[in-house]
Amino acid sequence: MTAAQKTAALTIEGLRVSIGGHDVLHGVDLTLEAGRVHGLAGESGSGKTMTGLAVLGLLPHGSRASGRIAFGGRDLLEMPARELNEVRGAKIAMVFQDPATSLHPMLTVERQLTEHMRHHLGIGRKDARERAAALLAKVRIPGPEEALKRYPHQFSGGMRQRIAIAVALACEPEVLIADEPTTALDVTVQAGILRLLRGLCDDLGLAVLLVTHDLGVMSAVADEVSVMKDGLVVETGPRGRVLREPRHPYTRSLLDALPVPPGENSP
Amino acid sequence: MTVPQTGPLLSVEDLVVEHRTPGRPVVRAVAGASLHVAAGEVVGLVGESGCGKSTLARAVCGLHGAASGRIHVGGRPVTPLGLRRRDPALTGVQMVFQDPYSSLNPRRRVGAQIADGLRTAGDTATSPADLLERVGLPRAFAGRYPHEFSGGQRQRVAIARALAARPSLLIGDEPISALDASAQAQVARLMRDLAVESGAGLLFISHDLSVVRLIADRIAVMYLGKVVETGPTAEVWADPRHPYTRALLAAIPSPDGAGVLPAELPGDVPDPADPPAGCRFHPRCPFVMDVCREKEPDFGPVACWLHAPEPSSLS
Repeated sequence: MTAAQKTAALTIEGLRVSIGGHDVLHGVDLTLEAGRVHGLAGESGSGKTMTGLAVLGLLPHGSRASGRIAFGGRDLLEMPARELNEVRGAKIAMVFQDPATSLHPMLTVERQLTEHMRHHLGIGRKDARERAAALLAKVRIPGPEEALKRYPHQFSGGMRQRIAIAVALACEPEVLIADEPTTALDVTVQAGILRLLRGLCDDLGLAVLLVTHDLGVMSAVADEVSVMKDGLVVETGPRGRVLREPRHPYTRSLLDALPVPPGENSP
Repeated sequence: MTVPQTGPLLSVEDLVVEHRTPGRPVVRAVAGASLHVAAGEVVGLVGESGCGKSTLARAVCGLHGAASGRIHVGGRPVTPLGLRRRDPALTGVQMVFQDPYSSLNPRRRVGAQIADGLRTAGDTATSPADLLERVGLPRAFAGRYPHEFSGGQRQRVAIARALAARPSLLIGDEPISALDASAQAQVARLMRDLAVESGAGLLFISHDLSVVRLIADRIAVMYLGKVVETGPTAEVWADPRHPYTRALLAAIPSPDGAGVLPAELPGDVPDPADPPAGCRFHPRCPFVMDVCREKEPDFGPVACWLHAPEPSSLS
């Protein structure tokens, strides 16, 4: 367990992003630690997803980013495209909201799991296949060997998201960015995915940035919580403190707007 | 409405809906479900994806033929929608679909689309702008096209179009799941308020239990084509009796900051083409008994052998 380690895996300082002259992020500061889940909350349009995309250098065309994203002693924003390509997908991986669209519908699961693995790690087809089967077992897909030959549409939504997580984990990343990974799923399936994410974070010492609008999800898995509003982080702190004694009025308004009042739990 | 009201507004009895695909086994998406909605009542239908809730809604609208069972709206049987004009008595059933990006015609102004509904109801006094106002949009928006609206606004337009036909029964098939989190509760409340205000019944389908809890008077839980538990929302929430309902409620993470991972329901929903024998929930049920594997619990309001009525009343 590396969960106790307190090392900053990735630091975002004063990140500003503007798209077409319109500012979307006004100086975001975040620190991700190995073995910890950092939750990023906020309403849509607050810049949660943009923060995640900026880390991977996946911002839309015509956008400008300034500030600093420190990873392994380097600034990702300054990095040449070639080098960034080596980090992206290998050291920093991402899981997207909708597994139905983030997986390629016409490629087998094996192909999607092994392609970037062979590229980044330079391993052979056979080794990659073995690793892929092991990964599927790790994300608890029943019958991993069989599953490799199948296509995404042959799996349920929850299984697809597990596969997408396996794809993200294939190159043993240090940082995992999960953008609303359970929003498209049923609550019962969501529970499984959240447990999986938490377990992977604890076992592999991953630094996870969990972007979600669901404060319940946040409360279940995040260690640290940051709340964003209009391109700014308005509050950061340990989960229990932020959700129980919010200091910023915006965090309080988010909690008050919940259909299920906090503290009044289902049986 | 001129239709004589006898009993509930919507009654669905032992409905079976099958999907047939050549070369594939017949899938019983709805396998003997029963449901009632009274006028002015909001019923929330919840369940995991693939449990048949949308198919049930489509059958109530006549978009799917029923293999067996009965659907009555205001005492009249619902017939499948064909190429002919809808029986005017049945235009009182209106549906709001899941995805407002595909349910509105992108090439017609929203005012014209709402006017279709008004014409159906023979309403010459109301203008499309009035309806836009009722759903909280500016009157001037009637001249705009769907692409000029955000997702939440489009869903409001879709609701306005459904309301234009003066429905006696409004059906929302996951009407909020394509919307932003901040718009979801708003749109759900709007649907409830408008339906109750006009005295119509509302059948609200969603997999989001927290929103259903917010707006529904009664809740019906569906699993693999069957309604397994029905009851007043507060009661079901406080004391869920069917093991599936319990699992569903226990899986909702609570925002209490305690860091408790929600309980996981092991296993996947079985293939509806090949449902398990006996109680459909038995392979995943933590309280499974011998009787569950053999006999299907055919009673309500809680279809579970743990909550069976007195043995004498069973044949």
